[in-house]
Amino acid sequence: MQEFANQLCENRQFGFKMTDSKYFTTTKKGEIFELKAELNSDKKEKKKEAVKKVIASMTVGKDVSALFPDVVNCMQTDNLELKKLVYLYLMNYAKSQPDMAIMAVNTFVKDCEDPNPLIRALAVRTMGCIRVDKITEYLCEPLRKCLKDEDPYVRKTAAVCVAKLHDINAQLVEDQGFLDTLKDLISDSNPMVVANAVAALSEIAESHPNSNLLDLNPQTINKLLTALNECTEWGQIFILDCLANYTPRDDRESQSICERVTPRLSHANSAVVLSAVKVLMKFMEMLPKDLDYYGTLLKKLAPPLVTLLSAEPELQYVALRNINLIVQRRPEILKHEMKVFFVKYNDPIYVKLEKLDIMIRLASQANIAQVLAELKEYATEVDVDFVRKAVRAIGRCAIKVEQSAERCVSTLLDLIQTKVNYVVQEAIVVIKDIFRKYPNKYESVIGTLCENLDSLDEPEARAAMIWIVGEYAERIDNADELLESFLEGFHDESTQVQLQLLTAIVKLFLKKPTETQELVQQVLSLATQDSDNPDLRDRGYIYWRLLSTDPVAAKEVVLAEKPLISEETDLIEPTLLEELICHIGTLASVYHKPPSAFVEGSRGVQHKRLAGSAGSGESVESPDAGSAAGASEAPPAVIPSQGDLLGDLLNLDLTPPTTAGPPPPPSSGMQMGAMDLLGGGLDSLLGGDLGGSPAMGAGFAAPPAAMPASFSAPVSSGLDDLFDLGGGVGMPMGAYSPPKTVWLPAMKAKGLEISGTFARRAGVIQMEMTLTNKAMSVMTDFAIQFNRNSFGLAPAGPLQVLSPLSPNQSIEVTLPLNTVGPVMKMDPLNNLQVAVKNNIDVFYFSCQYPISMLFVEDGKMERQVFLATWKDIPNDNESQFQIKDCHLSSDASSSKLQGSNIFTIAKRTVEGQDMLYQSMKLTNGIWLLAELRVQTGNPNYTSATVSVPDGLCLAFQTDHLGASLLPSLQSDHGFICNSLCFLPFKLLSLSVTQLSCLKIQFHICSLYSSHSLT
Amino acid sequence: MIHSLFLINHSGDIFLEKHWKSVISRSVCDYFFETEVPPLFVIEFLHRVADTFQDYFGECSEVVIKDNVVTVYELLEEMLDNGFPLATESNVLKEMIKPPTILRSVVNTLTGGSNVGDMLPVGQLSTIPWRRAGVKYTNNEAYFDVIEEIDAILDKSGTTVFAEIQGVIEACVRLTGMPDLTLSFMNPRLLDDVSFHPCVRFKRWESERVLSFIPPDGNFTLMTYHVSSQNLVAIPVYVKQSISFFETGTCGRLDITIAPKQTMGKTVEGLVVTVHMPKTVLSVNLTATQGNCTYDLTTKVLVWDIGKLNPQKLPNLRGSLSMQAGAPKPEENPTLNIDLKIQQLAISGLKVSRLDMYGEKYKPFKGVKYVTKAGKFQVRT
Repeated sequence: MQEFANQLCENRQFGFKMTDSKYFTTTKKGEIFELKAELNSDKKEKKKEAVKKVIASMTVGKDVSALFPDVVNCMQTDNLELKKLVYLYLMNYAKSQPDMAIMAVNTFVKDCEDPNPLIRALAVRTMGCIRVDKITEYLCEPLRKCLKDEDPYVRKTAAVCVAKLHDINAQLVEDQGFLDTLKDLISDSNPMVVANAVAALSEIAESHPNSNLLDLNPQTINKLLTALNECTEWGQIFILDCLANYTPRDDRESQSICERVTPRLSHANSAVVLSAVKVLMKFMEMLPKDLDYYGTLLKKLAPPLVTLLSAEPELQYVALRNINLIVQRRPEILKHEMKVFFVKYNDPIYVKLEKLDIMIRLASQANIAQVLAELKEYATEVDVDFVRKAVRAIGRCAIKVEQSAERCVSTLLDLIQTKVNYVVQEAIVVIKDIFRKYPNKYESVIGTLCENLDSLDEPEARAAMIWIVGEYAERIDNADELLESFLEGFHDESTQVQLQLLTAIVKLFLKKPTETQELVQQVLSLATQDSDNPDLRDRGYIYWRLLSTDPVAAKEVVLAEKPLISEETDLIEPTLLEELICHIGTLASVYHKPPSAFVEGSRGVQHKRLAGSAGSGESVESPDAGSAAGASEAPPAVIPSQGDLLGDLLNLDLTPPTTAGPPPPPSSGMQMGAMDLLGGGLDSLLGGDLGGSPAMGAGFAAPPAAMPASFSAPVSSGLDDLFDLGGGVGMPMGAYSPPKTVWLPAMKAKGLEISGTFARRAGVIQMEMTLTNKAMSVMTDFAIQFNRNSFGLAPAGPLQVLSPLSPNQSIEVTLPLNTVGPVMKMDPLNNLQVAVKNNIDVFYFSCQYPISMLFVEDGKMERQVFLATWKDIPNDNESQFQIKDCHLSSDASSSKLQGSNIFTIAKRTVEGQDMLYQSMKLTNGIWLLAELRVQTGNPNYTSATVSVPDGLCLAFQTDHLGASLLPSLQSDHGFICNSLCFLPFKLLSLSVTQLSCLKIQFHICSLYSSHSLT
Repeated sequence: MIHSLFLINHSGDIFLEKHWKSVISRSVCDYFFETEVPPLFVIEFLHRVADTFQDYFGECSEVVIKDNVVTVYELLEEMLDNGFPLATESNVLKEMIKPPTILRSVVNTLTGGSNVGDMLPVGQLSTIPWRRAGVKYTNNEAYFDVIEEIDAILDKSGTTVFAEIQGVIEACVRLTGMPDLTLSFMNPRLLDDVSFHPCVRFKRWESERVLSFIPPDGNFTLMTYHVSSQNLVAIPVYVKQSISFFETGTCGRLDITIAPKQTMGKTVEGLVVTVHMPKTVLSVNLTATQGNCTYDLTTKVLVWDIGKLNPQKLPNLRGSLSMQAGAPKPEENPTLNIDLKIQQLAISGLKVSRLDMYGEKYKPFKGVKYVTKAGKFQVRT
């Protein structure tokens, strides 16, 4: 045998032409001429050889249309092979030679009457492929006969021919009534005829979306299901795809169809399997979830999907893309199959990436340990794209499964330690998202991140790092240096990085104004004057105006609390997902786009929706869905499904992307602020009256130079508010109490919203809260607890919520506090961490109390003691501050301050200035002394000097007042604005020495203090 | 559905095109899909086309297709009509278009005969399109091969991260007439995830857990199955390995030992370990106690062909790896790929209990063979 094969090879080599490859060699000029002669030869064999040569030329794309008449002449033959070859030729060239093609018609019509069904079928099949109008007229009669032929082979071929004819001349098909005949064939006794009729009707229906051609009713469905069991695999695909368009009348019909379709899940042909999955996924929507069969069906769907994954990579990819959709719609199907998505090192990259995506979607508390171990393994693979995605996946796990966050963060830190450049960069990008999800939890890793600053060369990583530095500027010693280093190459950075740098420096400035003025001026000037990028310029101007108009507002806007990022940011939008589920197994399911997005001319693209998709999830769950009322009539559900919530969120555009792009404006509050700003900005640009903000005008006239002047605004205006508060009345009031702010948004606390404030009433510190139930269920069993804090604040009694809090109800609660709780220094000093419990869960939030609340009633020092102490306080312990725009007289100030337990000990008048000497005492026994100068008639000159007694200062010196305190000195800045404390000074530092002895030094917030006054 | 088929060779040139609807310019090959179509349907069909060419011509290559271009064209015409698959069963096609045999092409050349059948194939319309009528053999035989492949991922410590068995029953049935076969298993409960050849009667499987079918003639895949329940998947070998690269210097060490684990008393054969080394590994200096070890310098693939595993004398491979000077220590850990074979064992424990034949009177010769192989069997380091 081997010998024979060798011989054969030799034969080939020596040109013994036994194979068709010889047809490819004739490329000479006279080729057509030679062929013409051969085609007209008398010898049958020569003719056939010649036609073969012609076909071979045709298949490689050569133009042999010139031989048309000669080839057609060979058609009248009893040799089936020759006939087939001529037919092949005709199909290709009839279009270019329509007149000649007519010559063939007679033979076709004759062949359609041939006793041999094979020839009848061949003729009708070929005629349908000749796309010439003139021929179609002659086709009608033979086709009509063939559609009713006694032989099913002819009938099924004719059924397909109707679709072909419709494609050429739709009107003709309708006029001739072929569509009705085709519909009748759905009831044919032969399953293959049924399948082909369905395929033809589906194709025709695609170009006539509203034609109602496939008017499916329970009877036809039953016929299709019967044929489904008996036809070929391809026929099964046609029938299943057709079934998927049917909407069952009720859940019982739905179940019975599902029962008859499930055996297809065991078919060897993967296309059959996926089409069956589509039908089941669709009809499942109709089934009540408490039905036993629903669970059975879920179980049956998993194995075939898993099996698809053992096929060739290209089939695997299609399967994975579809599984990705299925997992988003019904995660329960594959929740136990996590392991089949584990990546093998030699999987193609497109399979690896898709598996990874599905792993994250399936990740839950139950399997997170396994998933993380795998991801860590992947992060050391060779393929860079894959490694990057694996690192990102770790971040997504942290965000998705809260319990795993800590482990994920430590895994990421391990990966950062590898110092592999792209791993570090990806890790930093995801850690930024983790910070957004769990604020105040993992900031201890910032140090490690900063170490890797120099290795970041990708915009996204740089932007993420800058965001982190800006957001946590108060905790990073050298935040200004770090940001400054980025500023050097500002114009070489990508827009993403520039925008982020601008925001970060503004944040830094708002947190540490003293040291960073120059920096902020620099970046504002770079962004507004030296940049061509409109986005950057606009953002620069907005910040600039914000800072110069109302720095307090700027702070509220820029440093506003950011909404938490949602768990799954890359979910497909629910309506699109529903549509894609209806297209399982098609290209749409691979692209994850609706067909209209890529099908040319959108011919026949219909938007498909899941059955009863209007609130489907809920209506199915509601108990009366099973009744004849039907899904669409079910009452609107009370609890929105997860999908709806997500939809709402998406509509609000609140979910920030975790991946690319600079973080969007932090919150809706911010957006509103920005809007107001723009309004105001436009006014001023139009030359409108700038009112009481000359600084702003100045700021715009000569921006950089004017900045310092404008920046005196924050403190003074803040103080204004305080002094104005009781200005009209001028009588002693209670201590200043800031308005209530939202401490715990409902979003973060499963519907419980807490807003509140602090007040000191009749010597008792009170926490005043409004609890609002924004959830759908009643809340009971409230309790509250504080974490250790700087001044030992603790609840003096239980939280008094006596009646259950029903939905949409609010309740005002006042919680008396004492200061005998455990002490721990907080950052910032007045930070208070609170835990609130109810029947649903325990929630945590932190808030800040005004320091004035801690001034006790017996804070009035003896005159003599005051005098002695005041003299003894060294100058170092003094701080000064200037209050602008204060229209209060010294007496009015005095009485107003007394309301907050700031007592005037003495008053004297020197050179038209009233000097008030005041004392106050904190709950922990620390005294503070102050001097307030009021220049009568000049509202701009009220200044205060605050001193701390010497003893305290000594304690500081014995302590580590030096370098070790520096960080806290810096980070405490901004305290006043946050707490709206009326005191014109800021807490400089605080440290805890031996147990709970607190030492505090006050310092005047001397942004631009006037030295001339001291 | 499918409009056109272009056959493209390795260099990306189209060497054959066929259209079932209007002619589509060959430039579409730059885009592949332009209308909505189920991709699995297309891919499955293409696999079927390739299988058919393989079946007809012994191989599926550009040369062979050019050699048989007219037959190819005729075949494609029979396989697809208006984009709808028409006949893809090999036995139906073979009745309509005779496969070229050397003898037939010689005879045809001499007599002017045709290799196109002029009768309608019986199978085309029957409810069993996979079998043709009038099959006759002098020796009636039915052989079944139960082949199981273990896909597994083991981690550094040898713990199984993931394991499953991909099983397939390949059949070679040469029986006269219309035999109706029933294949039953000792332990069918193992099989909860199965795909069948269309000939298998699904109802009977559902109710009785037996495979009842009228077989196609010749070779075919009767069923494929999938055993994923972790505790049912035995891992036949244990791999003790350590591959390390040193931070400084230009070398690394490799030490691999393989030992039998759950082999059910059978011998492990055809054992091969393949390692894709990091790019910076220039050469290896390894000693194997058994078998050959080769390292391909260009592909960086280390192949250790061990052969039979002797439990008394465990094969070991150890030595040093020399690295490119100055290159940083490789980040990735190479994964070991294990290949092996165990004869006369289906690792899942699946056993055929009996094969019965109905509908024909003769006594066929029956045989079942089991073999277990490693599929994607990977050990991480």
